[in-house]
Amino acid sequence: MVRYPNVIASLIAVFGFCGLAAAARAAPVAGAPAELKIGVVAFLSGPASGPFGIPSRNAAQLWIDKINSEGGIGGVKVVPVFTDEAGPADKVVTEFRRLALDEKVSAVMGYISSANCLAVPPVADELKVLTVLSDCGTDRVFEEGKHPYVFRTHAHTVIDGVGAARYVLSVNPKVKTIAGINQDYAWGRDSWEVFQRSIRKLKPDVQVVDALWPKIFAGEYSTEISKLLVNKPDVVFTSFWGGDLVTFSGQAKARGLLEETTVVVNNTGADIKDLAPGMLIGSRGPHGIVSPDMEKNPLRKQFIDLYRQKHGLAANNYIAHGAYHYLQALQGLRTAYEKAIKAAGRWPTPEQVAAAFKRLEFDTPSGRIAMAIGDGHQAVEPAGYAVIKFDPGLGVNTFADIRMFSARCVNPPDGVKSLDWIDRGFPGAQCP
Amino acid sequence: MRLLTVIALDGLAYASWLFLVSAGLTFTYGVLRVLNLAHGNLYALGAYLGATLVLRYAAGGSTVALGYGLLLLGAVVIGIVAGPLIERLFLRRVYDKDEEVQLLLTFSISLILEDVVKLTWGVSPIFADAPYTALGRVSLGGINYAWYPFLLTAIALAVGALLWLVVTRTRLGKVLQAVITDREVSLTLGINVPRVYTWAFTVGAVLAALGGAYTAPMFSLVPGVGAEVLVTSFAVIAIGGLGSIGGAALGALIVGMARSAAVYLFPELDLFAIYFMMALVLLFRPQGLFGEIEMRRI
Repeated sequence: MVRYPNVIASLIAVFGFCGLAAAARAAPVAGAPAELKIGVVAFLSGPASGPFGIPSRNAAQLWIDKINSEGGIGGVKVVPVFTDEAGPADKVVTEFRRLALDEKVSAVMGYISSANCLAVPPVADELKVLTVLSDCGTDRVFEEGKHPYVFRTHAHTVIDGVGAARYVLSVNPKVKTIAGINQDYAWGRDSWEVFQRSIRKLKPDVQVVDALWPKIFAGEYSTEISKLLVNKPDVVFTSFWGGDLVTFSGQAKARGLLEETTVVVNNTGADIKDLAPGMLIGSRGPHGIVSPDMEKNPLRKQFIDLYRQKHGLAANNYIAHGAYHYLQALQGLRTAYEKAIKAAGRWPTPEQVAAAFKRLEFDTPSGRIAMAIGDGHQAVEPAGYAVIKFDPGLGVNTFADIRMFSARCVNPPDGVKSLDWIDRGFPGAQCP
Repeated sequence: MRLLTVIALDGLAYASWLFLVSAGLTFTYGVLRVLNLAHGNLYALGAYLGATLVLRYAAGGSTVALGYGLLLLGAVVIGIVAGPLIERLFLRRVYDKDEEVQLLLTFSISLILEDVVKLTWGVSPIFADAPYTALGRVSLGGINYAWYPFLLTAIALAVGALLWLVVTRTRLGKVLQAVITDREVSLTLGINVPRVYTWAFTVGAVLAALGGAYTAPMFSLVPGVGAEVLVTSFAVIAIGGLGSIGGAALGALIVGMARSAAVYLFPELDLFAIYFMMALVLLFRPQGLFGEIEMRRI
């Protein structure tokens, strides 16, 4: 015998659920495209793919899936077009043109290399394509030019160097001598310049005793470590990342450099499980485990859960900072579109989205992000620093002595160039 | 004096590493007259397999000593599997083609092998440093040195001596020299030249993988790990002369010492020093220190 009441109840439940699902995906606004195509650029091959590109791509994909499951942006499904960032800047620019002209994407997000972040913005402006720089460090993008269609939703590298200087002085106020070992390209040069200027401004008697410039991906640092052991600086600063950082850490530990000096790294461009305990390290923003108070952030928890389900995580929940940065770009883009849709009452033009993006504030798995400098095109973030420590309970490295430096402490005010700000003694900085 | 000692010690360590990588590259070129752009990928495969074996079977405790043998095993396995496969399937078809075709082919193989590494091991860094740290360190001139790079020096010396003995003191070496001197005449003398080529390429592949496997404990392995060292190896064999094992040894020493001295005296010129030495040598001896000027054959 068929139990009709049950069948009817089931039908009601099914239709009711469908109704709810339809309500979740709001009807697209007037003038909306069938889909919102976004170019997502990251290193998918080469040495930067492991520490940055692939985790960023993975994070972007799962977050786009999440956005789509919540109804997309303005009721429109987001469709990513993933592109490899590997290759010289001219090739990357050609790929940008392909995304804009052939793929006809509405926006492009990505770029990890500083060289690419400098090469792409003029073309983005020329083609009038909304572009969100997602992980590169150079402070020059908005300090040396205006780019109406370009935004950067994470802080530039000045927070890393200023944060490193402040953290080093907080754990060792008697520092007298420093040395640098950095890869010989823009990131290494810029990082060292910011750090050494900052620490010498904060403590004028600090002397630079060495500055070493191995080639990027050199992989062998015996000679440099010997020289550092000869000079015995109080602090060694490095901006190495990826395999170079892990290799340097291993070789430095094996030769006792970490017993002779304090080594500070300005980024978590390698999994901390592979790095030597005792090193000081910055996380390029309030990402991951460097920021314990972020436990209260539901977006962060959601991201970590999604990432663990899809790609697996170590017990310390480490995810590369690049992944967090890519989510900031997506959240920024999403919020700007939603704000522009609301203001226009229909699907917005790129100019309307750009206007909405300016000085925007939005929530992300890294906390609330404010587009506070660079005339509203550049985000500020706090700087998080800590000491790497092996946790026997977790069986993996984690962070100790965590310290956050607020965004107002480590970022220059709007309209002030970073190096000028440092040289003038950080005017306007609000540090605890 | 202390400065000279540390420069020499660091230069020697760097030179040993470079020689291990360059020896196979120059040997392959010497016999096959093909510049193998996939050499760096064979290096990477040796490194990855060696590191994997170490992590699985000799990651710590009483098994660490086993790791040194596993590194050798990893290198030999890669060499004897990949070497004949690449030579017989691909290179054999282009010996009589232009150099551009040969370079494009080995470059294609290089791209394929990089993807093979990524598909097999993923993109996360692999760090198997147990053999490196287990040897401990020694204080020389008041500076701590790890013992491991000196093991590399010993391996480099052993490889160099073995190659020299085989080439100059054995019947096999005489056959090799005959093939190098004139392939056609060797064929008419009854030498199985294709087999010699397969054998020579396999030796080159084993040497590449050996360089990778024994340097793996010092490095974090990431995709593209072989590309950088390959570029420096080109400088080494250009200085020494393409095809010359002795030249590779001397080239590695020159590059190692130049770089070491530059790091101590002019750190800004670290990279410049290597290519300055190369330019200087090529200016006066375009064929490299031990290279021979090739006669155009009609």
